[in-house]
Amino acid sequence: MRMKFAASALLALSVLPINASADGEVNIYSYRQAFLLEPLLNAFTEETGVKTNVVFAKNGLTERLEREGDNSPADLVMTVDISRLSELVEKDLTASVSNPTLEQNIPEYLRHPDGKWFALTTRGRMIYTSVDRVEEGEITTYEQLADDKWNDRICTRSGKHPYNIALISSMIAHHGEEKAQEWLQGVKDNLARKPQGGDRDQIKAISEGVCDVAIGNSYYYGAMLEDENQRPAAEKARMVFPNSDGRGTHINISGVALTKSAPNRENAIQLMEFLSEQKAQQIYAEANTEYPANPEVEVAGIVANWGDLKPDSLSLQEIADNRDTAVRMVDRVDYDN
Amino acid sequence: MKQAVDSTEYQTHQPLLAGHTSRRWLFSACATTFIVALPVFAVFYLALFPDENIWPHLIDTTLPRYLDNTIRLMLGVALITLFIGVSTAWAVTVCEFPGRRFFEWALLLPFAVPAYVIAYVYTDLLDYAGPIQIALRDWFGWNSARDYWFPQIRSLGGATLMIGLVLYPYVYLLSRAAFMEQSPSLFAVSRSLGHSALSTFFRVVLPIARPAIAVGLSLVLMETLNDFGTVDFFAVQTLTAGLFDTWMNLGNLGGAAQIATVMLSFVLVLVTLERYSRRRQKQFSARDNRQPVHRFRLTPGRKALCIIVCAVPVVFGFIIPALVLGYYAVEYFEQSWNTEFFRNTVNSLFLSATAALTTLVIGLTLAYSRRLHDTPGMRVLMRLSSLGYAMPGAVLAVGVIVPMAGFDNWLDGLMEYWFGWNTGLLLSGTTFALVFAYTVRFLAVSAGSVESALQKVTPSMDMAARSLGQGPGGTLIHVHLPILRGTLLTAALVVFVDCMKELPATLILRPFNFDTLATYVYQFASDEMLSRSALPALIIVLAGIVPIILMSRSIGQSRSFN
Repeated sequence: MRMKFAASALLALSVLPINASADGEVNIYSYRQAFLLEPLLNAFTEETGVKTNVVFAKNGLTERLEREGDNSPADLVMTVDISRLSELVEKDLTASVSNPTLEQNIPEYLRHPDGKWFALTTRGRMIYTSVDRVEEGEITTYEQLADDKWNDRICTRSGKHPYNIALISSMIAHHGEEKAQEWLQGVKDNLARKPQGGDRDQIKAISEGVCDVAIGNSYYYGAMLEDENQRPAAEKARMVFPNSDGRGTHINISGVALTKSAPNRENAIQLMEFLSEQKAQQIYAEANTEYPANPEVEVAGIVANWGDLKPDSLSLQEIADNRDTAVRMVDRVDYDN
Repeated sequence: MKQAVDSTEYQTHQPLLAGHTSRRWLFSACATTFIVALPVFAVFYLALFPDENIWPHLIDTTLPRYLDNTIRLMLGVALITLFIGVSTAWAVTVCEFPGRRFFEWALLLPFAVPAYVIAYVYTDLLDYAGPIQIALRDWFGWNSARDYWFPQIRSLGGATLMIGLVLYPYVYLLSRAAFMEQSPSLFAVSRSLGHSALSTFFRVVLPIARPAIAVGLSLVLMETLNDFGTVDFFAVQTLTAGLFDTWMNLGNLGGAAQIATVMLSFVLVLVTLERYSRRRQKQFSARDNRQPVHRFRLTPGRKALCIIVCAVPVVFGFIIPALVLGYYAVEYFEQSWNTEFFRNTVNSLFLSATAALTTLVIGLTLAYSRRLHDTPGMRVLMRLSSLGYAMPGAVLAVGVIVPMAGFDNWLDGLMEYWFGWNTGLLLSGTTFALVFAYTVRFLAVSAGSVESALQKVTPSMDMAARSLGQGPGGTLIHVHLPILRGTLLTAALVVFVDCMKELPATLILRPFNFDTLATYVYQFASDEMLSRSALPALIIVLAGIVPIILMSRSIGQSRSFN
């Protein structure tokens, strides 16, 4: 029994209540890696004296927020991928924010109509082609990925990955379900190998000669160019802005939402404002080679060299609405196998 | 007359007097099981409310493949872990060859390597851009991946190998302990009756060790079934992958919970079948193994074979991954070194130690209560308390959140109503939530091994102690604890290492600004930056080595103790 007491004492000790709602704090549930947010949050704390606290996970935070209910310590949810944000709205976990600074800094198509979420950065879903084996201009649209010409020459990550699901959703929104499925089947038939790995691996596969065309988010290419060991592989691939002569390139966002239960509401809104302003937008976009959501902010560094991104003006909400259809479509064409 | 009936009953069903004081044991077992099983029940509860029925779509499309891959993965891992685990355990226990003492503990080392880390490492190594393929291309003058065939590591076979390499130590550990406990005279008798060494191994040694091997294998299979990191990275579509797809992509938590429930029944059926097939066996150690083991003297050829069989898993499961991580750790040292390491290491060690101790105490309580009341009900309780292990960590985390946040909010409401106090979330989002989750998840490991060890202690020990005036508690402390010392330490250390590696539940349940080594590694690895996380990954591995060496020594000592 003595051991049992010792154990309960240890257990009691292990309950270290984190006083999360003390003054001068903001609590963040983040689907983005903490190290990506760190420079931003440090800048915010330096400027305002408000401390920031972060929990990062790739899944489950929405469920945690939902179950914690009114007592949840979380003020903000930061996330990538529009479907996550719209899920928060659907579950009625976010609060409307009407704030002149935010509304001025973030263009209308990059925020929820009632201010239930705001985009902070955008990223294009790009096509990459082999510098050696594909002519410049040989492929310029997503639609062309389904051409027989690319048979056995395309690499992508799993069709189930949120970034691919969002791309397929946008195809459904533009072409209707039937046409989109034909297209997806066409892309699948052109795959050089079973979908696997991450976006970087597809770009690497081009340099390895496994395939000639790949799909991947813009910042992965940027990150590879910045990494000494991965640069040679990245330089074997050319980045194409798909559909830039037409409707524009499919983009996805990283964004922020205020929780309904936010105990530090004012600080949280202050942080949201800060994140939409020049300084933070620059840090955020540069640290991860993304595009700032605030149109006033100049893109810098590698991203600037790539030229202008013309984003597809399709509403992000519509992309989120087509998510389920897209997921089922991936299963129907058996994309991942 | 009544007396006589009672005493026969003791002999068949309840050899150990279930007296007054042991009610307390029964009660605490029931209460503990109830609390520990709450998260699993929460998942069952969620399964009742899917957003929509996912099954028609699944059955029409991907379910057959999910099942096919899952079964093949489990079979493959079972074969690999059984082969490596049992053969090496047998070799180091009964054969004499150079390096035997080294391999005794070195064979446990791969256990310290998380499966997702070994998967990353081998992908880097065997990829097109990795050193092996570069060397091959230079050698043969190939120019691109289309010029030659190279086995694809990102495949079902690759995943099977990776998982098998880091999980076989479960089987090794338990079968080695079982082999050591076997009386050498059994072997001698079999030989003297004309059986060859090989036939004795299959007809005497293995059947006796089977319960222990089965426990090890069931742990392996449950971990395999739950693995998401490796199969996701290798794009192998198993049931777990389907579960996460349903949850994350279709936003259907209820549907995901249903898949989790199906997987759980899978495991239950397996475990029950195995138990049923040896329902008539009962073994108690003969307690004559004080004599030293006579290890076989082998011919040089067989010695070499032993060395190879033992060296292969150690080299591929530990040495190569550690070298690769070490190389990256040096290469990217400046980018990855910082002071957070110290804090993260302390967090990992503290949490894992607390969870290991908690799990051990609860496991012991349950196993001993079952010894006192070996009724069908008690057996059901044991199984219930172990279910957490058969669920993917992230699902279990949601299962932890549901009752815990429910309790917190209920208490808050109550306090508000009666006293006007705001207690807020008392348990959710604290390290308690993490320790609780670890306990729920890994109780199967400690309860299982304590239970199987306890079964081997002959009931006459209890009877002697009880007739000399000890209560159930006294018997446990003065008789069983000393006998079980080795097993208990092993169980605690296995849980400790498992907790060090635990990732999905930690991510979801942790407090603000709180990292363990595993979560720290993950935030970089999940952004496709393994190289930057090599240093903390190496620390997880190194931190796992110390308990592993301790474990090995404790097993060695427990033998001489017996």
